Amino acid sequence: MSEFAVELRDVSKVFGDIVAVDHVSMGIRHNEFFALLGPSGCGKTTSLRIIAGFERPTSGEVYIDNKPMGNTPPFQRNVNTVFQSYALFPHMTVEQNISFGLEMKGVSKAEIARRVGEVLELVRLPHMAKRYPRQMSGGQQQRVALARALVNRPKVLLLDEPLGALDAKLRKEMQIELKTLQREVGITFIFVTHDQEEALSMSDRIAVFSKGKVLQIGTPLEIYERPTSRFVADFIGETNFLTGRVTQVDGEFAQITTNGGATFRGRAMPGVRAGIEATLSVRPEKVQLVEQPDDSVNCYEVVVRSIAYVGSDTRVVVMLGENCIDVWEQNTISTLDPNYFFKPGERAWLTFKPENALVLAE
Amino acid sequence: MAKILRVLREQPGIRLAGLMAPGAFWLSVFFLVPLLIMAWISFLSRDPLGFPTPPLTLQNYWEIIRDIRFAPSISLADGLAIRLFEGLYLELFWRSIWLSLLSTVITLLIAFPVALFMARLPPRYRNLALFLVMIPFWTNFLVRTYALQFMLRSNGPINTLLRALGLEPIELLFTPTAVMLGLVYGNLPFMILPLYTSLEKFDWTMIEAAHDLGADTLRAFQRVMLPLISPGLLAGSILTFVPAIGAYITVELMGGGRTNMIGYAIAQQFSASVNWPFGSAMSLLMMIIVTFAAVLYFRSGRGEYRNAI
Amino acid sequence: MASDVVLLGERSEIKPRPRKESRGIGLGRFALVTITFFTFAFLYVPIAVLIAFSFNSARTGATWQSFSLQWYERVFSNTRILEAAANSLIVAALATVGSVVIGTLMAIAMERYQFRAKLAWDALLYLPVIIPEIVMGISLLIFFAAINLSRGIVTLVISHIAFCMPFVYLTMRARLADFDRSLEEAAQDLGADEWTTFRRITLPLLMPGIISSALLAFTLSLDDFVISFFVTGVGSQTLPVYIWGQIRRGITPEINAISTLMLLLSIVLVVVAQLIQRRQRA
Repeated sequence: MSEFAVELRDVSKVFGDIVAVDHVSMGIRHNEFFALLGPSGCGKTTSLRIIAGFERPTSGEVYIDNKPMGNTPPFQRNVNTVFQSYALFPHMTVEQNISFGLEMKGVSKAEIARRVGEVLELVRLPHMAKRYPRQMSGGQQQRVALARALVNRPKVLLLDEPLGALDAKLRKEMQIELKTLQREVGITFIFVTHDQEEALSMSDRIAVFSKGKVLQIGTPLEIYERPTSRFVADFIGETNFLTGRVTQVDGEFAQITTNGGATFRGRAMPGVRAGIEATLSVRPEKVQLVEQPDDSVNCYEVVVRSIAYVGSDTRVVVMLGENCIDVWEQNTISTLDPNYFFKPGERAWLTFKPENALVLAE
Repeated sequence: MAKILRVLREQPGIRLAGLMAPGAFWLSVFFLVPLLIMAWISFLSRDPLGFPTPPLTLQNYWEIIRDIRFAPSISLADGLAIRLFEGLYLELFWRSIWLSLLSTVITLLIAFPVALFMARLPPRYRNLALFLVMIPFWTNFLVRTYALQFMLRSNGPINTLLRALGLEPIELLFTPTAVMLGLVYGNLPFMILPLYTSLEKFDWTMIEAAHDLGADTLRAFQRVMLPLISPGLLAGSILTFVPAIGAYITVELMGGGRTNMIGYAIAQQFSASVNWPFGSAMSLLMMIIVTFAAVLYFRSGRGEYRNAI
Repeated sequence: MASDVVLLGERSEIKPRPRKESRGIGLGRFALVTITFFTFAFLYVPIAVLIAFSFNSARTGATWQSFSLQWYERVFSNTRILEAAANSLIVAALATVGSVVIGTLMAIAMERYQFRAKLAWDALLYLPVIIPEIVMGISLLIFFAAINLSRGIVTLVISHIAFCMPFVYLTMRARLADFDRSLEEAAQDLGADEWTTFRRITLPLLMPGIISSALLAFTLSLDDFVISFFVTGVGSQTLPVYIWGQIRRGITPEINAISTLMLLLSIVLVVVAQLIQRRQRA
């Protein structure tokens, strides 16, 4: 058995003169919860459709269970899809929808009845078998779509923004439910989303897409804490960017002098060499504001521009020369004293540890 | 089976050809080719019996414009006719266009308030009203025109009633006005239905928004409502104008053939007085007029025929 | 924010307006009711009179004699009328089947494929809907004469398919545009091949559209007079062509009876169409 349940080798897809998927290679491991994350139009859905067999790659090859798929039509692939719109057959009951796949495989009636009952139990809709999709809520429809795919016991389940149509609260619930379900059934899930929080909280690994290319593949921790490109750092979470020139690289760290003349130290990411233009990325929650300067390296005087109290933390925007920098300070103390917080126009010192900042090569 | 499916799957061209072929064949052979033959015949001479025969000639078109004289006049006696030209056939064309346009405008003026009223009814009554429009819409045009003619005959119910009241019977048929009445009667449902479809979809809060922004009723209608209901308006107008200009049944039953229109004149070249080449020439000219009207329609709105049907 | 303030300000300023206008609407409403009433009267009185006189025993004129079903008896014992009605039904049935199959296939091709000359086909498909019937009628007459095909049921069916098909096409194209193709993908994803997908998913979901376009084609074919008039032959008259001949010959009360029956059929078709639509919406 190969390491990967699904593997894309140098897959491209061109529609007319639009390159939707641009030389994508990635391997999705067995029983992995794998997210394809990116803004709309980045090629993640097309990649999923190529795996499902709805689109044929212009070049490259998809391997499912180590077998090249070639021209294998969707109905001969051992994968199932949960569609963004759910694509439940409106003229069939829940039961008929779910048994459709088994019927196609020629499973016996008794076996179908048993497995449909089981899977309805699994998605907690046992009493809904005779309903039509239009008689159900969005969340229930979503579960039927899930059940309809899972009942076939596919090698891989493909999910195309399955939670996109749900409201925020239901979405949160379903995220947890999906994750639990995936552990229970032990099937590889490939999950397309544009919601970074969703991807971070649910996935074992994430592939970040932009403009048809995969920019980075890694665990949520790696993607958030060690983005290798400016796009990934920007797309996942919030961050501050300061551009400048790399003046020195020593071991793990690099020194960058910004256009405003300030010099910072941060982790040198791949491709960083002395003399190149680079970007310093530091997340707002990793920056501190202090009233007195300390002797650390990344310490500069700033002016507070605005302040927003959002409950769990206080979001301060400070000016370092011409640059705005976001600073999120966690409200670890309960107080009603307004003087406890910084005020616009006040001076302060900004500081962060070099290991909490990244110097990115672009 | 699986083999056939595989071939079809891998050859979208074959798939497409299979889907298109029957329709393309039918449309080409039984619609386009006949029109082309008709166009060709319109440039042929006629034999003694009136059928087409070589050589090629422009005689048929010359016939239409031969005795043209520019002579504008307005006559209320002759069914509200505004004349621009004298000359047998040109006058015929002009009268057909004029009567068709006039009947379209009259139909529109009647249909709009009706459609407006229907669209503002509570849903239950709205469906009933819609049903009442649908019945004449779907009823045989010939039967409906016959019903109208039956009413208006010299010994029909109206005149019988007049006689019973001791009044003089009046001749209601066989005038340009009667033809006009027949056109309006026949085409009203084809105008009401698309207008209603547009008006029903119309969001009345937009009129409130227009008022809110300072537009008076007339300007709210002109600037907000009219553009939004124009697809229905145009569809209805085309569905009224085209049958009017090609009218055959109405001209015969209501006008007794005395108020001649192009459609009727064309038919005569193929029945009463046989002259196929000349009839073809007139048909081609009429097609050009109608296509012009249709292009106007497609330019100003999207094809909302589907909503109209 | 600023625009909100303006809006609120203006709102309070023009508040009296709707009240003033509601009086205007009252008057306008009266006009609308009146016009609508008279329009429906205009549409229905001739039809009602015709129906009434179909039960009149008088042979001529519009004087009411007594209630009688004799014209209906005449209709049902007149073999020429029955033949014409049979011809009409045969032609309509064949034209419906033909135009629905051809039109639906073409709608699928035009909706789902991109190809050269697509625009030209689209225009060509609109043309039969737009050009006057009389033009189509005489061009077909010329065509059948040119290819030496004697006029009869065959030429009628050919012609009726030709003019019904574009209407089917337009109806089906609209339905297909609303068709969610991910349903077909879902079926294939669940293991159904193309044929099974078509049979189990596409066809059932298109069925309401197919039924309503069939109803449309059937009615169009049954109602057609002008085109049929030119392509019909001796012995293959359709009902409207027969009626036309009788009307031109003069008053025959039988025509009133046939017309009433045809009206009845139209009402039945409208009711059926409405029921289908209502079921679809539910």
